[in-house]
Amino acid sequence: MPIITYREALNAALDEEMTRDDKVFLMGEEVGEYDGAYKVSKGLLDKFGPRRVLDTPITELGFTGLGVGAAMAGLRPVVEWMTHNFALLALDQVVNNAAKMRYMSGGQFTMPIVFRGPNGPAEYLAAQHSQALQSYYAHIPGLKVVAPATPYDAKGLLKSAIRDNNPVVVLEGELMYAWKGEVPEEEYLVPIGKADVKREGKDVSIITYSKPLKVVQEAAETLAGLGIEAEIVDLRSLRPLDEETVYASVRKTNRAVVVDESWPVASVGSHVAWLISRNCFDMLDAPVELVASEDVPMPYNHRLELAAQPSAAKVVAAVKKVLYRED
Amino acid sequence: MAEKILMIALSPTMEEGTISAWKVKEGDEVKNGALLCEVETDKAVMEYESPVNGTVLKILLEAGGSAKIGELIAVVGKPGENIDALLKEAAAAAAPAAAATPPTPDRAAPPAGPTVGTAAVSSAPPAAPAGPAALERAAPPPPAAATAWEGPLGYGSYPRSSPLARKLARDRGLDIRSIPGTGPEGRVVRRDVEGFTGRPAPGYHAPAGAAAPEVPAAEARAPAVPGLQSQEIPVTGMRAAIARRLGESAAAPHFFLRAQVEMDSLMDARAAVNASAGEKLSLNAFFMKLAAEAIKRHPRINSTWKEKTIQIHGTVDIGLAVALPDGLITPVVRDCGGKTVSRIDAELAVLIDRARRGGLKPEEYSGATFSISNLGNYGIEEFTAIINPPGSAILALGETRREPVLGEDDELKVRRIMRMTLTCDHRTIDGAVGAAFLRDLKLMLQEPLRALV
Amino acid sequence: MKKYDKAFLHKLLYEMMLIRHFEEKAGQMYGLRKIGGFLHLYNGQEAIAVGAVAALDLSRDYVLTGYRDHGHALACGTDPKPLMAELYGKITGCSRGKGGSMHFFDAEKHFLGGNGIVAAQIPIATGVALAQSYRSDGGVTVCFFGDGAIHQGAFHESLNLAKIWNLPVIYVCENNQWGMGTNFRRVSAVDDFSLMGNAYGIPGRQVDGMDVLAVYEEISRAAEDARKSGLPTFLEAKTYRYKGHSMSDPQKYRTKDEIEEYKKQDPILILQDRMEKGGQLTEKEFHDLEARVKAQVDEAADFAETSEEPAIHTLYEDVLAD
Repeated sequence: MPIITYREALNAALDEEMTRDDKVFLMGEEVGEYDGAYKVSKGLLDKFGPRRVLDTPITELGFTGLGVGAAMAGLRPVVEWMTHNFALLALDQVVNNAAKMRYMSGGQFTMPIVFRGPNGPAEYLAAQHSQALQSYYAHIPGLKVVAPATPYDAKGLLKSAIRDNNPVVVLEGELMYAWKGEVPEEEYLVPIGKADVKREGKDVSIITYSKPLKVVQEAAETLAGLGIEAEIVDLRSLRPLDEETVYASVRKTNRAVVVDESWPVASVGSHVAWLISRNCFDMLDAPVELVASEDVPMPYNHRLELAAQPSAAKVVAAVKKVLYRED
Repeated sequence: MAEKILMIALSPTMEEGTISAWKVKEGDEVKNGALLCEVETDKAVMEYESPVNGTVLKILLEAGGSAKIGELIAVVGKPGENIDALLKEAAAAAAPAAAATPPTPDRAAPPAGPTVGTAAVSSAPPAAPAGPAALERAAPPPPAAATAWEGPLGYGSYPRSSPLARKLARDRGLDIRSIPGTGPEGRVVRRDVEGFTGRPAPGYHAPAGAAAPEVPAAEARAPAVPGLQSQEIPVTGMRAAIARRLGESAAAPHFFLRAQVEMDSLMDARAAVNASAGEKLSLNAFFMKLAAEAIKRHPRINSTWKEKTIQIHGTVDIGLAVALPDGLITPVVRDCGGKTVSRIDAELAVLIDRARRGGLKPEEYSGATFSISNLGNYGIEEFTAIINPPGSAILALGETRREPVLGEDDELKVRRIMRMTLTCDHRTIDGAVGAAFLRDLKLMLQEPLRALV
Repeated sequence: MKKYDKAFLHKLLYEMMLIRHFEEKAGQMYGLRKIGGFLHLYNGQEAIAVGAVAALDLSRDYVLTGYRDHGHALACGTDPKPLMAELYGKITGCSRGKGGSMHFFDAEKHFLGGNGIVAAQIPIATGVALAQSYRSDGGVTVCFFGDGAIHQGAFHESLNLAKIWNLPVIYVCENNQWGMGTNFRRVSAVDDFSLMGNAYGIPGRQVDGMDVLAVYEEISRAAEDARKSGLPTFLEAKTYRYKGHSMSDPQKYRTKDEIEEYKKQDPILILQDRMEKGGQLTEKEFHDLEARVKAQVDEAADFAETSEEPAIHTLYEDVLAD
């Protein structure tokens, strides 16, 4: 199976879906002539022309709103935000219009639109450009939210998102664009709302998604050396959330650690931890642990910014805690 | 046609308005939007504009008067128009409203209170009377003693413990207080229960299975409450459904068949499977699977009386009675004959979990073609159960306990014995049919391999 | 006047009277607590929605507006019954009781709402025009908003986008002079809003928003430009609202005289007067029209009153599409 990058997987998904359906078009800052700020849209302008690949001015609220209108009128826009940090300017259109138009019109409209771009901490970017904002979207009924962590999932979920008749927010990651993984040549979709067990184990369930998958996988290796078999559940979709896969794992292992690079307050991670406590209460041998980013804005200094984020060492410590291991 | 001018809410919280001044008089012509009057609301003086064009035919509420929202204050229409009917209608609408105003209640008696003594008692402050009335007035018992470890833990006489440890201890009949904890601040955790070699707590009996119908431990024990309380409890929807369905069922001609089963092979086999597979298959899943296998050999057991016909069902859909805090429900695992024990167990776990949370859908608890009720957990030796329609039979399982048994070599041996009772509807199942089924089920329980042959 | 036939003029007059009467009824029913929440009435501004929509072809054109949306839905031809029922929150409402006053929608009539966030409809309408341009279907989108919306970033971002992409959109600012309780002159760098499109190379014009025919003519011209050359237009329609911003507005910020002065310019009176003078309307015809709109609105109120509340299970319906 070919090994490609996360960036190439997203590019292939856009290319295939734009080829498949003339109603699909891409708009955003630098998506055309510049080939994308992170090169996700590389070559698409040449292939599909300026009708299908629209370079926008730096007006997140404006072009996001245009996407909402175009979707209401029957097109299938893919709106690229250069990063989710800038998408805060467009949040009114996402929350008040894209997510609610169907409900407040009594079901008269569908809203087939994708909002995508990098989310979460990167490196040396400081507080305004390095933050995980998924809770803002995961909180809103009427949206779907996906956060693929591998090239395979990125391609399959973006294709599903483009074909979905609802607004879907796709959370990518600046540092993940260069990650590599196996992606089949033949067409496939990854369903929205289905988690994936990335590693099987019997002693503890580590529930995570997006970029922290990598530190969790590192931690699992370290734990294996200590004789602890960790099961890794990659949520992949944050809304809808595949609760059953999470519960099945926790019922098996009786211990849960949730790893989320958001801040800890009112986050996807804290919600998942609550769900487990609520629905697996009798099966828990220890309180659910949450490894989140530290509750501070992101500092510029590298040593500090690493300390602010989940790490393999933090995950290992949390696992030991739920296993009552003191070694 | 004349238009009724009604008092309207001129502020969001206004309930009643007072006319501070009329700006028109009867006979004046008004345009839509023209000022009719000023109304003092709870907040401010607001202007009331005419919603219509026309002539003021009648003013019913003079300045200074108040009206509730919706009451008629004026009529606008064409000059000379007859508005008698309209006024009459308004007067009629106002009258019953006035009549319906309840008299000021002076110390209304409490509804359904205990009618002890004279009328004065009902409104007297609850003193501390002596005698029988004290029973009725006794304060609720302090919760701590009755709720055992369902209450707050970690302070006072109970140790900290994980939910899983409490469940495991409950399943094994162990008192969590007697198990030393090795977790943080002495928390009793799974390894402590699993490694515990002490004696079960008094009053406990070895349970029939890990996922046997569970109730909070407090309910399984005689609660140490200081007194009883007389009270009438409202009948919940679930309680009413139980009463109705089982009442209907009791009208069927029942007969009962009893048998005693040596459980050693099955218990050992289950322990071996659970140890090797790392699974925790409940005993009930085995009962359901083996009952389904026995039913395959006696399909008449799996039937419904339909007056003109008898329906023999094509799948064995087994309902398992599960106790809830306020009733009973029988989640149904479909086609137990076609499923493995672990599949049945997995489905059962989901259904029971959902049943406890009150989220079972009707199709998940109705239509059982056969049912099982297991009270082994309560130390019940044997009992009879009432048939759960539309099924024709229900199997009642008692506890499994060690008993001396006289072997074929006339030697006394200790065996794990369970007693079971089959209740049959004689309209569909004859005595010999029920007996043959129960015999085969007994043999399968004693030698599970038989189910395969 | 001569160039308009009688039937067309009657249609305009009828539609404005229907809106006026619908709003009066809605106000009454709000007072009787049949309607809750925010209720923004359109009295005084009827000529704009009616004149503009009369210039459109709703088989391919679209209309969007803000929260003062009753008049636009009625002008687009939505039956008053589901609209009144929506105000009552009934299941028969145009939005199944989920939207209320600010969220009228009628997909069939190409009326895309009804938006409760000031100026949020401006980028959306521009996006609808983007879809029309993408499909080259010859359609035009008309976007209404108030003087309060014009300083939002959404307005300025949208005009720029519409111009760089040549989108067939007509922006109509209904300047009723009061953004809630704030006079537009206090919060605008320019009094003449028609200048607002200049920075984006979009021609701006002012039109008398109390004159339904003037509005009709301006929109007709703009729609033709948009269809022919895909050019956006910006119009400022000068108007005045008779009622408070919403029902709980005591209107201490303006005088009764000011309102009365504007009522002399009433759009219904103006057209009625002109038609009578032009021999296109008799007194009887006017009274017949009045009776007709009254009956229609009474019927709508009866329909709303007797309709069912939404069943509780509808709570979770229409959150997501399949």
